[in-house]
Amino acid sequence: MPRDQVLRPLPERAFDFDRARHLLARAGFGGTPEQVRAIADLGLDDAVDYLVEWDSVPDPVVEADTFDRDIRRLPTDDERRLAQEARRTEDQVLLDQLQQQRQQRDREDRQQFDELRKWWLARMLETGRPLQERLTLFWHGHFATGYREIRDSWLLFRQNQFLRANAAGSFAELAHGIVRDPAMLKYLNNDRNIRRSPNENLARELMELFTLGEGRGYTERDIKEAARALTGHTVLDNEFRFASRVHDPGAKTILGRSGTFDGAGLVDLLLSQRSCSEFIALKLYRHFVNDLPGGLEGATPEARAAVAEMATLLRRHRYELRPVLGRLFRSRHFHDPANANTVVKSPIELIVSSIRTLGLPVRPLSVLLSAADMMGQTLFQPPTVEGWPGGRTWINTSTLFVRQNLLVYLVTGRSPSGLSIAADDTEFDPMPLVESLADSNGLADASAVRSAAERLLRFCLGGEPHPQRVEALDGLLADVGDRLDRDRSLALICLVTAMPEYQLA
Amino acid sequence: MGHDDSTPDPRREALPYSRRRFVRQGVALASMSATVPWFVQRSADAAMLPEDSLVSARPGIDEDRVLVVVQLGGGNDGLNTVVPFGADEYYRARPRLAIPAPGGADGALPLSGTDGLGLNPALAPLHELHERGELSILQGVGYPNPNRSHFASMDIWHTARTEGHGRGGWLGRYFDNACSGRPEPEAGVAIGREAPLAMLGEHASPVTFETEELFRWAGEDLHPLLAKRYQQVSRAGALETDGDSQLAFLTRTALDAQVSSDRIRAAVGRDPLVRYPQGNLARQLQVVGAMIRDGLKTRVYYVTLGGFDTHAGQERSHANLLRQVGQSLQAFQRDLAAQGNQDRVVTMVFSEFGRRVAQNASGGTDHGAAAPMFLMGTRIRPGVIGNHPSLTDLDRGDLKYGIDFRSVYAGLLGDWLQSDPDPVLGGTFRRARLLRG
Repeated sequence: MPRDQVLRPLPERAFDFDRARHLLARAGFGGTPEQVRAIADLGLDDAVDYLVEWDSVPDPVVEADTFDRDIRRLPTDDERRLAQEARRTEDQVLLDQLQQQRQQRDREDRQQFDELRKWWLARMLETGRPLQERLTLFWHGHFATGYREIRDSWLLFRQNQFLRANAAGSFAELAHGIVRDPAMLKYLNNDRNIRRSPNENLARELMELFTLGEGRGYTERDIKEAARALTGHTVLDNEFRFASRVHDPGAKTILGRSGTFDGAGLVDLLLSQRSCSEFIALKLYRHFVNDLPGGLEGATPEARAAVAEMATLLRRHRYELRPVLGRLFRSRHFHDPANANTVVKSPIELIVSSIRTLGLPVRPLSVLLSAADMMGQTLFQPPTVEGWPGGRTWINTSTLFVRQNLLVYLVTGRSPSGLSIAADDTEFDPMPLVESLADSNGLADASAVRSAAERLLRFCLGGEPHPQRVEALDGLLADVGDRLDRDRSLALICLVTAMPEYQLA
Repeated sequence: MGHDDSTPDPRREALPYSRRRFVRQGVALASMSATVPWFVQRSADAAMLPEDSLVSARPGIDEDRVLVVVQLGGGNDGLNTVVPFGADEYYRARPRLAIPAPGGADGALPLSGTDGLGLNPALAPLHELHERGELSILQGVGYPNPNRSHFASMDIWHTARTEGHGRGGWLGRYFDNACSGRPEPEAGVAIGREAPLAMLGEHASPVTFETEELFRWAGEDLHPLLAKRYQQVSRAGALETDGDSQLAFLTRTALDAQVSSDRIRAAVGRDPLVRYPQGNLARQLQVVGAMIRDGLKTRVYYVTLGGFDTHAGQERSHANLLRQVGQSLQAFQRDLAAQGNQDRVVTMVFSEFGRRVAQNASGGTDHGAAAPMFLMGTRIRPGVIGNHPSLTDLDRGDLKYGIDFRSVYAGLLGDWLQSDPDPVLGGTFRRARLLRG
C-alpha cells in the first residue's frame, strides 16, 4: 500500500455508534450514551473537527489570581539583611523564628499544591474540551516535572497553563517553551548550568526524553555541547531569565553541525532531526492508537507504517499537531477494530472517563487523587523525569484491586473496609444510564432486562463482549430475579467495571 | 555545584547485548512472568509458565534469604536513640531533652562492649536483642552534602543517588538486575498505600497493599451473589488463544490477583505464633511475619512508620515511637524464631536523616544529618559498628557522617542478597561488613 494511504480516511457511512464511542474515548475522556450519539450524528468529519478544533468550544477563563505566586517570592532586601544579621550574631531566637517562617511557607506551598491538583482534576472532569485536557496530561507526562524536586506550586501551575495553551498547537512551540520554563529549569537544575561549570541534566533529558529518544544518534559529546548551548537559561523571580553573563557563546558542534548555538538554536537543531519526528509520532501513536506492548519492533507492518506516516506529517506541517491528529482520528487505521480496546487506561483516565461516561457523582477530589496516587499516577509528581511509562505498567495484582475498588467507591460511595476514607453519601442513580441504553422495550420483561444489561455491558467494555462475560451477567440477573431496579443496576455496574476488559480503552 | 562526572553511569557501560532491546523483544515473556504469582505451585485454569521456570536459574544463591526494610519517616533523632551518655557535650547541648545516664528508671541502657554508649530506655527490647547478639548498631550513617529536606533526603536514600535523578529505587534496580535474561521469581512486597520509590525499577514493582483486607474486591461486600459472579469472571483466566494480547495480559493478572489475594489473606488470617503489640508498625510486621511463615518466596519486604519529625514536644512523642519500634521488632524477631525462619531474615531500620545536636526552643529538635541505623537478625555482625560522630566537630550544627549509607546497601546487596551492588548503586562503594563470620 502506498505510504500516504496508510492513514486513508474511514468512510462516513462506517462511522456508527461504536466508532463514535471509540473516537470519544480516545480523543477525549469518553462520553455518555447521549454524547456518543451526538458525536455519531455529527458524522466523522465534523466530529473530529469538533474535538480537535476546540477553540469554538467555550472554556472557563482561568483568573490570574487563581493561585498565589508569592508564597515562594524572593526575600526583600530588609528580610535578607535581617537573616544575615541573625546568622552573624548567631541570634538563636531569631534564627529559630526564621526557621519557623520557612516551615510555614513550606506548609502553605504544599497546601497550594494540593489545591492545584484538585483544580486540574476538576478541569478534566468538567471540560468541554476533553482533548485539550487529555493532551495537557500527555505533555505533562512527556515533559515530566515534579513538585518534590522544586517545591514551587506556582511554577507548576504556570507550566500546566503553558502546556494547555499549546496542547495541540505546535510541538516546536512546546519544545522551545520548555527550555525556558521556570519549573523545568529548576527541576533539571539548569539554573546551575553555567559557562564555567556546565550542568548536563537538561541537555541530556532534552535529547533523550523530550525530542530524539534514547540512543537515537547523539553522543555524550553532543550532550556536553548541548549543555553549553543551554547555559544562561535560568529563573529569576518566577520568570525565565537569560543570564548572558554565564552563557557560553562560543562555537559548538552538535550532531555534526557547528555554530554558536544558543538554547533556541539547539532546539531548532533537534527539531530538524528526522528522529525527532519519529520519536514524537511514536509517542502520540502509543497514546492515541495502541499501547504497542511489544514496542515498534513487535508492531504490525501497518502500525509501523502509520507511525512513519505520522512522522512525515509532523515534518510536513512543521510539528503542528492539529493536522496530524485530525488525519489520524479520521483514518481507517485508527478506527480499525484491531486498535479498539488496546490502550490501558491511565489512572487519571480511569477516574475521569468513568465519571464522564457513566454519569457517576464526583466524589471528594482529594479521595480521587489519592486513589490515582495508589494506582501509580500522582499528578504533578511523576516518579522520574521519564514520566509515566504507561501501558501494562499500570497494571499489577495490587493496582488491579485498587482500580476495581475505585469503581465500587465511585458507584456506591462505599470505601473498602480497612481504608480510612469516609464513605461518601452522594447517591448515584443508575437508571438514566440503564434506560438510555435500553431499546424500545425498555425494562418491561426478563428478556428486555437481559437485552438492556447486555447493552450496558457492550457500552462499558466497548466492542463485542466475550460470551463468558455475558454468561456471568445473565447469571447475576437470573440470581436477582431478572429485574433491574436501582440496587440491581448498581450491582450490575460494579460487576461490569470489575471485569478485566474495563481497564482498556 | 556542577554535574558530578566522577561517578560512572551504569547506563553508559557496555553490556554484552542491549538489555533494553532484549527486554522489548522478550516483553511478552517478561510481562507474563511478572504477573505469574511467584509463590503459586499449582493453578487450575490459566495458561501459566511451566513449573521449572518458577525456579531460579542461578546456582549457589540461597533462595530463602529475606531482607525486611523498616523505614522511620520524619527524621529519627539518633542522638536520643543511641545515647552518648559519656559525653558532657551531649548534656550541655540538650539540657532538657537529653536522656539521663544509666542509673534511674529514665536512664539510658548501657550497651555492653562500649564505653559511655546506651540505648534510649524505651528501646529496652532492642537492648535485649543487642545483649543476645542479634542487633547491630551502625553509627554515623549518612552521605556527603546532607540534605535536610524530608522529600529530598528520603529520595536520596530510596534511589541511592545524591546527585541528579536516579531512575527508580535501589531495590527496584536490584530486582531489575537480578533478572539475567530469564526473569526470576524474585519479588518485593510493600505494606502501605503506594509502592515506595526504593522498590520501583524499570520493570520491577512490588505487590503493595495497605492492609490485606484491601487486597481484594470491595464489591463482594455489596452482596454475596455479586461475589459469586465476580469470582466467575476473575478466575476465568485467559479467554483467548492469543497469549499476549492486552486482554490476555489483563485476564491473567486478574487471576493472579485472586490467587495472590487468597493466599495472602489466608496466610495473614492465621493466628500468629507470638503476640504482637498494638500499633501500625507491629501490624505491618505481623503481616510480613505471616507471609514469611507461609512460605511465600518474597525476597524483600518494605514497611514504614511515620511521625519522627519531632520539632516540638519531643520528650513524650519520641519515647512512644521508640517503644513501638522496639516492641514491634522484638515481636517480629520472636515470630521468626518460633517459625524457625530466624536465620533467613535480616531487618534493616533507617530514617532519612537524624536531628540537630542542640535542642530547639520548642522542646524538640530540628532536621539534622547523620544518624544510626539498626540491623536485626541472627546472621548479622552484632554490636556497635563505626564510631560515634563527634559532638564538637559539626557540620553546621549537625553530626558528620562516618559511614556512607551506600556502603550499607552494598553490604546488604553484595553479602546478604548476593547480587552485584555496583550497577544498583551506580558505582563502587566499599561494602560494610555486616554479616557474621
